[in-house]
Amino acid sequence: MTTDTIILAMESSCDETAVAVIKNGHEILSNVVSTQIEIHRRYGGVVPEIASRKHLELINIVIQEALDQANITLDDVTHIAVTYGPGLVGALLVGVATAKALAFASGKPLIGVHHIEGHICANFLVNQNLKFPLVCLVVSGGHTNIIKITDHGQYLLLGQTKDDAAGEAYDKIARAIGLPYPGGPQIERLAKEGDASAIELPRAWMGDDSFDFSFSGLKSAVLNYLNKAKMKGDEIIPANVAASFQQAVLDVLVQKTVHAAEMNGVDTILLAGGVAANGTLRNQLQKAANEKGIQVYYPPVEFCTDNAAMIGAAAHYKAVNEEYADLSLNAVPNLSFEKLLMERGQA
Amino acid sequence: MIILSIDSSTPVAGIAVSDGMQLLGEITLNTKNTHSEKLMPLVKHLLDELALSVNDLDAIAVTQGPGSFTGLRIGMATAKGLAQGAGKKLIAVPTLDCLAQNLLHYPGIICPIMNAQKKQVYTAIYRSGRDKLERLSDYQAIAVEQLAAQLKELKEDIWFVGDGVAAFADMFQELLGDACRFADGHNILPRAGALAMLAAERASEERFDDLYQAELIYIRKSEAEVQWEARQQNQNS
Repeated sequence: MTTDTIILAMESSCDETAVAVIKNGHEILSNVVSTQIEIHRRYGGVVPEIASRKHLELINIVIQEALDQANITLDDVTHIAVTYGPGLVGALLVGVATAKALAFASGKPLIGVHHIEGHICANFLVNQNLKFPLVCLVVSGGHTNIIKITDHGQYLLLGQTKDDAAGEAYDKIARAIGLPYPGGPQIERLAKEGDASAIELPRAWMGDDSFDFSFSGLKSAVLNYLNKAKMKGDEIIPANVAASFQQAVLDVLVQKTVHAAEMNGVDTILLAGGVAANGTLRNQLQKAANEKGIQVYYPPVEFCTDNAAMIGAAAHYKAVNEEYADLSLNAVPNLSFEKLLMERGQA
Repeated sequence: MIILSIDSSTPVAGIAVSDGMQLLGEITLNTKNTHSEKLMPLVKHLLDELALSVNDLDAIAVTQGPGSFTGLRIGMATAKGLAQGAGKKLIAVPTLDCLAQNLLHYPGIICPIMNAQKKQVYTAIYRSGRDKLERLSDYQAIAVEQLAAQLKELKEDIWFVGDGVAAFADMFQELLGDACRFADGHNILPRAGALAMLAAERASEERFDDLYQAELIYIRKSEAEVQWEARQQNQNS
């Protein structure tokens, strides 16, 4: 395909109502994100029904804002793209129903995007010089995967979490030590003031050459430590808990990702997903990888947390292959990454 | 004025296309498939059958609740997406008004009841007039017994319509006796055709909704909000 793509992309899988206009997969004409974090804070986490209601109130104005900022009209758009899973079903449905109606009414092809593929493609959005093959660590509130990428849209799942996602563990521990939602950034901030070796915590390696993860044991160990300390009347130092917990997570993430790149003869690692915004993870992964001659790339923070620009980037490569969705496209809340690979015959 | 009407307030999907007060086509699909899967393909199907395109439409009408939260959102998101995508006007009509419209010329009191779970119905009370219904109450979520007590005081025949009939007909019969009348099978479900008639009225009065302001009538808050407010009250008392 030699003509330009100008994709209007929408993302509403959790608590951000986001719309972006992306040209050719990497030119960001606009990127609007309306976050609901403040609305959900009093509940200590995202309330699905409230999130769905907010998405519906906001999505049309956010679409218009994205078009205005890009200085174009809907006529100039070549494709409509939307996240169809995984995520909160009610939240996803608002985006999917809006995108389908908008595509039908404007006569543009519709593209359904897997949220995780979006996170991965945030890297292509900001970096056009990446050479395949690549190894990508996807780490967020809902996912912890190591994926080998051989070309655009060509994935091999090397490992994944068997229970909690890393970001989920962050949120749960944050709540246990009284930090406000969202807990990830709070733990990282507090950990900087703590001693990472203060509390001895387990690391789940899952076997020598496994790239799978497990964080539920670590989570239980931290909760046990807190309970015991409380019962004995010992002083709990939240900064030490945060630092020790975070180091236990990062040790496993970093070592497994670098090992996966080495084992697969890959010299470039990508970071993706909300937890990729964690500066301590970025630094430690960079250091460990560089020692092995491996480069690490990650998107700026604004493209690590949920956004629609990454959905527009992922949709570009589908537009090139004319991988279109029809009007029966549905939201799939538990859409796994394996399901995406199976659809493409890559599993 | 050609209007596309969409209703997905209940498990029933309804699509209609009308020109003024003339109905050009209507689909009522009472299946278990999700609205996300069936609504847009039905819209395309009906427009294709009528040899119309979205550009031929002047306005999109949609039921705005109450009803199933998810169903309402899919309907409203679809209507707003169509309106925004093709630059059309939007008309949002309360679901209970549409349900009552099914029984426009029935004598006495019209009472649409939608199953709201928890032994409650979404309802409003209407009196039939010559060409128009007069709404006598607010849109509300109310226990069956409580509604029956209100209706009893009116001392008139009550026509019930909506999916609350299937769930609560026996209870109303017991509480209200012979005053209870129930709509027939062909007009007991929400009908996009009824929405189309109310939308045509609104269009003739130039009363359109703003794409960015039109809101759903949920009546109920989310469970999380209810619990949070209860906790606040406990702390204050």
